[in-house]
Parts: sequence; C-alpha cells; structure tokens
Amino acid sequence: MGFLDTLLGRTKPVQPKLDDLFALPSAAVTLDAGAGFKPTGSGSVCFRPVEGRSFSDVQKDVQDLLNSSSHAEGGLPVEVSKDDYGFTWLVSSRMSDEIEALVTDLHAVNSSLVDNGFGPQLLCTLVAFKDEQERRLALIYLYKRGSFYPFAPLSGERRNNALELEIKGVIGDDLKWEPDLARWFPVWGAPGL
Amino acid sequence: MAARTRYAPDRGLTVRMTATMFLLGVVFVAFIAAIIGIGTAYGASSTAIVFFAVILGGGFAIGSLFYSDKIALATAGAREVSPTDSPEAARLHGIVDRLCALADMPKPRVAIADTDMPNAFATGRNADHAVVCATRGILRRLENDELEGVLAHEMSHVAHKDVQVMTIASFLAIIAALLVRIAFYGELFGGGRRSNDSNAGVVMLALMAVSIVVYAVSFLLIRLLSRYRELSADRSGALLTGRPSSLKSALVKVTGDMARIPTRDLRTSQPLNAFFFTPAAHLSASSSKLANIFSTHPSLERRLAELDKVQQQLGRTAG
Repeated sequence: MGFLDTLLGRTKPVQPKLDDLFALPSAAVTLDAGAGFKPTGSGSVCFRPVEGRSFSDVQKDVQDLLNSSSHAEGGLPVEVSKDDYGFTWLVSSRMSDEIEALVTDLHAVNSSLVDNGFGPQLLCTLVAFKDEQERRLALIYLYKRGSFYPFAPLSGERRNNALELEIKGVIGDDLKWEPDLARWFPVWGAPGL
Repeated sequence: MAARTRYAPDRGLTVRMTATMFLLGVVFVAFIAAIIGIGTAYGASSTAIVFFAVILGGGFAIGSLFYSDKIALATAGAREVSPTDSPEAARLHGIVDRLCALADMPKPRVAIADTDMPNAFATGRNADHAVVCATRGILRRLENDELEGVLAHEMSHVAHKDVQVMTIASFLAIIAALLVRIAFYGELFGGGRRSNDSNAGVVMLALMAVSIVVYAVSFLLIRLLSRYRELSADRSGALLTGRPSSLKSALVKVTGDMARIPTRDLRTSQPLNAFFFTPAAHLSASSSKLANIFSTHPSLERRLAELDKVQQQLGRTAG
C-alpha cells in the first residue's frame, strides 16, 4: 500500500499470481522420487464467494466448463462444497497419473475468476498426495503470495510438522516456498484431501 | 496490463477525508502562528513553555504508539491465545488465517478478552506488531461469517495504519491540552514571583485561550476523521470478504446487544475505545445529530447505508 492509500484509508485488493502453479507437475515427480508420495489425482481451488448474481453466474460457468472437459475425457464431475468458514471449494478428480490435466483444470478456475474481475477472491489451491502408508499430504499454493507450503494433517486436528519440513527439503528449489512459517495455515478437513 | 477490477475507490469518502486532514493541518499552522505571535509579543517565557509541552506531548504520543498493543490488551483484560488453547481460539485463528491469506497480510497476534460484552478491536503501530482481539461475548453471539466480517473490519484498521494516523492526528490536541493545563497552573502560582508580573499573566491567559480553541476544534476534527476511518474499514472489510451483508448483520446484532448492556468495563480508556468495532454502550444507542459530532464511530444507520453501496457495487453484473 502506498503512502496516499494509507493516509486515505484505502486498500487495493490484492491480485493473485497464477503462473507459479505450473511448477507442480515437476515437483510431483521429485516428491515421488524423494519421499514416495504420489498424487491422489484430486485437487481443489478454494475461493471466497461474493454476494450477488454476478459471482454466482461466473461460478456456474466455471463448473460447466470443467464438467464438460472432464466428461469428454471420461472423468468424474467437479464437486462443489462449502467449508465452515464460508469458503467454496471446487474439487476436481482425475486419475493419479494425470497431474498435468489436474493443474490445467485448476488453472481454468483461476483464469475464469480473474477474467471476470474476481481474482482477489482466490484463497488457495490444494493438490493432494499420499504415500504407501496412507499418510496424507497436501501441497498448497497461496495465490496472493505466489508461493507453496506443505500441509500434513494427522487425526484430531494435529499436523505433522516434521513431515512438512522434510517435504520442503525433498522438493527443494522445484517450488517457490512460502518463507514466512506463520502463513502455513492449516486447512482442516479440506475437500479433496 | 492491469487486471480488471471491480473495486472502485469511494471518491466521496476520499474527498471528505482529505478535507478533514487539510483542516487539521490548517489548525496546526494557525496554532504555530499564534504561539509565535505570543512569543514575539511578550518575550521568551512562552516559548520555553511551548517547547516543554511539545517534548512532553511527543513523549506521550510515541509511548502510546509503541505500546499501543500492550496497553490495549491490558486495559481490555485480554490474553494472547494460540490455536491449540481452546476450540474458540482455534475458530478465531482459523478465520484470521484465511483473512490474512486473502489480503496478503502478515498474521497478527490473536487475543481473547474474557468478558461477555460483544466487541472486538485491533491495535498495534504496524502490521508486524498488530494484535487482533475479540471478546468471549462476540465469539458466542456471532456466526462464523459475521465474525469474519468483524475481523476483516479490524484487520482493515491494521492495513490502513489507523493507530499511526490517529496518533499523529491527536498530537496537536495532546499539546493543546497540555498547554491549557500548564498555562492554568502558571496563572495560579507563577504570576507573583516574576519581575514583569502583568506581562507573564497576559502571556499565560493568551496561551490558554489559544490552546482551548485549538483543542476544541482539533477534537471535533479528530472525531470526524475517526468516523471516516471507521467507514473506510467497513468498506475495505466488506470488499475483502465479499459479503457486506454478514458485516451488516454483525453490526446490527452487536449494536443492539451493546445498547442494552450497561456494563462499563471496556470503556475505561477513551483512546482505546476508538479502535473498537463499535463503541461501548452510550453513543451507539442514540443517533441524534449532536451526539454524532462527538462520537468516534458513525451511526449504525450510516454504516449500514455505506455497506449497501458496497453490496450494489459487488453485485453489478457487467464490470
């Protein structure tokens, strides 16, 4: 925020950064090789719905778009769910080896929202992974920061911080990590995880 | 290429706020001119007094700026909480986390005040030293989306650096108030001991008169500025969450409850009050014009009307 904005008490909504999302497929390969975590094939976009007709129209268009593309490729339809905090999650489910297609789906959601002027409403996107011991892991992309962080939930709203830090080390420079650990916020019970 | 945006700034509010700040500046310049005038007309004794008042007032202002978070938490009887402390702390942290990610702000510290009065405040001199506090009463009364609206309002105060802006704006009033006091006691005790008796008395009287006027005018302007800052925070908060109606319903719930509850425990400190979500009890109930001039917060009706505008703006189909 500029000096003048501070003085006048204005906030400019933060526009999302979308490009870094495409680093995910190569990071997934590194993750599999280094730690044995494979994509589950599901991923989701989390955004804050806006009141009014305009936003619900856009959301419906996005769903139709994703449904028609996944239908053509024989995939599952897109699921929509709301969480306790009032955020909407669009979950796309693909086969576990189709991570490029998944990222393309997620990107389609982003760009539709941004094109219609709702870019500031994007919160994060999540891609789920699992290892052979069924441990769950998500790589979460923060739109406003253009950075990733790992999230490894355990039962009972605890998180496996050791695993998260290990994953960060394994993937290393393949992803742009969020440097501020205070921003690695948990997403308990996120759909698609 | 600039991305398309639906968020046009509110020009009317910008203009009114600029005008208020300009007037404060005018009062400041007039004050300095009057002081210099008194100083040159009656000798150096007044200059020393003014110098003393500026140092003392500056000390107060800097102190309250740097310790604003600690002072506010202590006054409200609030305690910092971590997400694992209790279910309500986890809920509060969850909402703050998401708002920070949405607004791209560093996460403030989170505190809960153990009182049933429904209110919330944010303070701290900048985003890195900010603390957001909610009372148990507001956590109990509001749904998640309403609470989110309230917290978005509070975090807008942090983003707008309202603690800094209001401290600087109040600086003039602090000095004027100090001068009134110094001049008053100077008049009572100081006059007789000086060689140029009558002269010193006149200096003190003149200083006191100028300071009283400056204090009164700047006080009204500061209150006006405070009300505009509240409207700005409402607006930014509603734009951030995309749900002006949640903030509106929270306002109605909280103000309705507040007006009925006569407890005074959160009102012990006036400057603290300025950053509450709604001011405690007394003013929110009445919406007469006179009460509004002295109030730190705009009337409920005004806040709801401004939020209606945001709602229309967000719902517009073509952008």
